[in-house]
Amino acid sequence: MDNIIKLLQMTFIQRALIVGVLVSLSAALLGVPLVLKRYSMIGDGLSHVGFCALSVAAVMNLAPLYFSIPVVVIAAFLLLRLSGKEKIKGDAATALITTSALAVGVIVTSFGSGITTDINSYMFGSILTMSRSDVRLSIVLSVAVLVLFVLFYNRLLAVTFDETFAKATGIKAQLYNMLLALLTALTIVLGMRMMGTLLISGLVVFPALTAMRVFKRFRSVMICSACVSVVCFVVGIIASYVFSTPAGASVVAADLLAFLLFWAIGAVKYR
Amino acid sequence: MSLLKVEDLTVQYDGSEALSGLSFTLEQGDYLCIVGENGSGKSTLIKALLGLKKPDGGSITYQGLAQSQIGYMPQQTDIQRDFPASVMEVVLTGCLKANGRRPFFSAKTKKLALENLEKTGAAQLAKKCYGELSGGQQQRVLMARALCSTEKLLILDEPVANLDPKATDELYALIDELNKKHGITVIMVSHDIRCAAMQAGKILHIDKTLVFFGTTNDYINSPEGRRFLSHSHHDI
Repeated sequence: MDNIIKLLQMTFIQRALIVGVLVSLSAALLGVPLVLKRYSMIGDGLSHVGFCALSVAAVMNLAPLYFSIPVVVIAAFLLLRLSGKEKIKGDAATALITTSALAVGVIVTSFGSGITTDINSYMFGSILTMSRSDVRLSIVLSVAVLVLFVLFYNRLLAVTFDETFAKATGIKAQLYNMLLALLTALTIVLGMRMMGTLLISGLVVFPALTAMRVFKRFRSVMICSACVSVVCFVVGIIASYVFSTPAGASVVAADLLAFLLFWAIGAVKYR
Repeated sequence: MSLLKVEDLTVQYDGSEALSGLSFTLEQGDYLCIVGENGSGKSTLIKALLGLKKPDGGSITYQGLAQSQIGYMPQQTDIQRDFPASVMEVVLTGCLKANGRRPFFSAKTKKLALENLEKTGAAQLAKKCYGELSGGQQQRVLMARALCSTEKLLILDEPVANLDPKATDELYALIDELNKKHGITVIMVSHDIRCAAMQAGKILHIDKTLVFFGTTNDYINSPEGRRFLSHSHHDI
């Protein structure tokens, strides 16, 4: 216990916890419509684009956040649009963008320092990377996500459930899709350096799927998803300290355990 | 009084004409069935009627009704079949227009949703999970949702697709009741041509342009109608 209190007094841990909790909350809320609209892989695609952007920023000495955010936002718009009536379908488009961004990112990194530890921390995350501006941005992001989901909850549900019907009744479905894309992109960019490129999409997908095992109403799924996500993040971080395991992996492992638990509860409840 | 007037309508898709020179009018209280082969422009026509696709020529005019006040019942998507939402939550998504700019639903809006669930005989399902209902029950819920956004005109896209014969009959009876008892004008697209034709008072047969428009009786006795009905008989 003393150890944990000592841990909580360290600045980098405080920052990591604040950013982590807020990013987990945002990712969990955004995850519900994304998973339901069959965009589960978008987090993965975006984090790879983010990796590519961060590598380029590092080599060219640009500010990492200010360079990667616009790049990832553009990628998010492309991905959500590509999945419509275009010739390349959504899952294929995501796979294309994911692998090509990774390839470019790795090549660019090898031009720069060429040191493998950089790649390692990009891929699996590092809790030491959170700066003061990350904290500020994550507060802005989570407020924006909460405002969107509270004030436009009903419209988001309408657009998620049936986009054609929503459009026919005069809801600007495309606007909501773009807001989702924008906020998802921000969530990914903020979370990926801590959680790792390969692990961040777990934050988007797991809580939503976990909540859906047990709850059958949209509102309950949303609330449960947010709670599960935040709890799993905190549990994961504490576990990573106690067992000296990597932070991002520990958080996703906690998410997996929660999923299995809820799955078992759901199996018993809806037998 | 005519509720809907379509004049010389032309709609293009990717440069080619999906519909051209289509004209017809609909009176209040009509029950119209749109028939035609796959790719004949039925879906395009619906999209144009709803304002989801802009006409490239001609006009669509509604009288006493805004385009966003049409009750639309699209075909079910995969996403919906196991969607985690209660029936009430689903029906309320049809009430957004009636609810105005408020972020939350008013008591009046919730009453509207319940009334429409009663009209479609699904009031007892209100608290159930939408994803766990049978196909026929889901269609009743979607019909209630459509009714929440209209008082005058329902557009139904293949409402009996994927339903078993009993559920199909029940749904036709419901549509008939909404039309006759509540005076709601109905436009229905259906593959199930023979049944649909028996139900509807008027038929619009299209094949990228107008083939036939008139009453069901005239259609059955017309050469186009006889050919199409016997043809689709072999299909089924």
